[in-house]
Amino acid sequence: MSTDQRADPGLYDYWPYENRPKLTWPNGARVAFWVAPNVEFYELQPPFLAARPAWSRPEPDVLAYSLRDYGNRAGHWRMMDVMDKYGVRGSVSLNVAVCEHHPEIIEACADRNWEFFSHGIYNTRYCYGMSEDDERRIIADAFETVERHTGQKISGWLAPALTHTHSTMDLLAEAGILYTCDLFCDDQPQPVKVRDGRLISVPYSLEMNDIIVYNVSNQSPRRYAEMLKANFDQLYAEGAESGTVMCIPTHPFAVGRPQRIEAFEEALEYITGHDDVWVTTGREIAEYYYEHHYDSAAASIAAANGGS
Amino acid sequence: MGFPESYFQYPHRGYGMDQDWYEWSILPRRPKVAWPTDARVAVWVTVALEFFPLNQGSVPFRAPGGMVTPYPDLRHYTLRDYGNRVGVFRVFKLLDQLGITPSVSFNSRLAQRYPSLLANVADRGWEIIANGVDMGQLHHSGLSRDEESALVAESFGVLREMSGQPVTGWWSPARSASMNTLDLVAEHGGRYVCDWFNDDMPYPMTTGSGALHSMPLNYELDDQTVQLHYKQTENEFAEQVEDAMKVLYAESADQGGRVLSVVIHPWMSGQPHRIKALERALDSVMSHDHVWSASGVEILDAFEGQAQ
Repeated sequence: MSTDQRADPGLYDYWPYENRPKLTWPNGARVAFWVAPNVEFYELQPPFLAARPAWSRPEPDVLAYSLRDYGNRAGHWRMMDVMDKYGVRGSVSLNVAVCEHHPEIIEACADRNWEFFSHGIYNTRYCYGMSEDDERRIIADAFETVERHTGQKISGWLAPALTHTHSTMDLLAEAGILYTCDLFCDDQPQPVKVRDGRLISVPYSLEMNDIIVYNVSNQSPRRYAEMLKANFDQLYAEGAESGTVMCIPTHPFAVGRPQRIEAFEEALEYITGHDDVWVTTGREIAEYYYEHHYDSAAASIAAANGGS
Repeated sequence: MGFPESYFQYPHRGYGMDQDWYEWSILPRRPKVAWPTDARVAVWVTVALEFFPLNQGSVPFRAPGGMVTPYPDLRHYTLRDYGNRVGVFRVFKLLDQLGITPSVSFNSRLAQRYPSLLANVADRGWEIIANGVDMGQLHHSGLSRDEESALVAESFGVLREMSGQPVTGWWSPARSASMNTLDLVAEHGGRYVCDWFNDDMPYPMTTGSGALHSMPLNYELDDQTVQLHYKQTENEFAEQVEDAMKVLYAESADQGGRVLSVVIHPWMSGQPHRIKALERALDSVMSHDHVWSASGVEILDAFEGQAQ
């Protein structure tokens, strides 16, 4: 555990949502819409880390372990069918060890031209208090593993189990990651302050994340569909003035249960049924943003904070 | 072994309260209060703008709504910061549209971090309420009187200097308190406190440093309480606001003016999927005849001007 605890992570400057440069998307789309399935593997007996035990019950925590394992065995396949139906390619937030454990899932996603980005090695290996060199090993492992199994060079990052160090963003930029999903402070992409190079945040979402809705906010499936549609409606309306991003982060073990899949389908049908929606992936949003908006955003942020 | 004899001594057992801060008083038996322009209900919307430090303190408890996972909890830090960057502008736009004049509470450290946000509020002429220093610095009996006095002075001082307003309303972060808090608020020029949730109307308080009033800042028509802690939906929150208005409006027919207090956290209600529900609720409230949208200090001025 770091003893140097800061009030502010120092990753971005204040940038009010009003009076920003107009954000545009391809073909005049108002909303860049992407779905990020978390394809995860939780170890039955991970090494113990005092900062955060992996399981709430004594090992083996059969209930929690199997509840998650369901995603890979059953939920993923049901979720993928629905995404196919509405032409939505996933941006897979991948515990890269799934490449070794369940190559069939990787192959099915790759066949559909889905994007893979990294969500660490396992969701039971946390980064709290890790040295920079140790964190670099995880990042390098993710690059190497995904490229070996899919031919793709990863562009995005979501820290495993959302565990970070002070250096995480610096190390991602250093390794050539284009975008992080770890910041939840905006509905538009934004530059992230790093030691060297460039990094942006692409809005992922906790509020629209199936696990947060089902297991933290304790909402029902029908309610989830209602929330997703309301979220889209607002971002679509605002997108007429300046582009927005909506992400549905999923966990196949949650969204892919029989009693829940229809809520997800209802949202995809609704969202993709609108004309001015760019159904895309995290990497495509990031690449477009770097090419068209990064510089004007950086200038606008500097101006908002007294720079030029 | 029985309980000690002292356990059966009841030193405050008598008519009224067991402390001297305020008098026992029955709401429906008080003199009627009249609001300006013959309004029946004063609508007091308070927008809470907060800074939850990444290294949020937790003495003597962790302010609810703050950091949850081990340090660094970027997840909750950035979700709360969302309110100050994005959500607040959705909320302000809605208040403008409905012609609502709110009070806006600030942690003084937030004003220092985001001076343009403080200036935005001050330029609108909206009342600023001092909400302590930040959400990690609570008021409690483990602080010496001098230490707590410094917190009160810092919060009032920063906000008065930055806003040019007298800033006479006080709301302790998370409604935390020591036995000295009321004395210190009065000593530092406060006219009212928002921490007590025991009435629907203002009422006078007595302190060692002069008079104060308690203003009925709502805890259970507070979006954080209803949606984060009680885990109800934004629609259920909206219904409760409308239902409360119905009751207060009816009571005002023979009991005099009432106050409807609604507390809005932009990190909660300013999320895309929630803003429309807030709009429905406030639109319904404001569509009554004889409502008066007013700030805390305006309500207090009107209240104090009448014989009690």
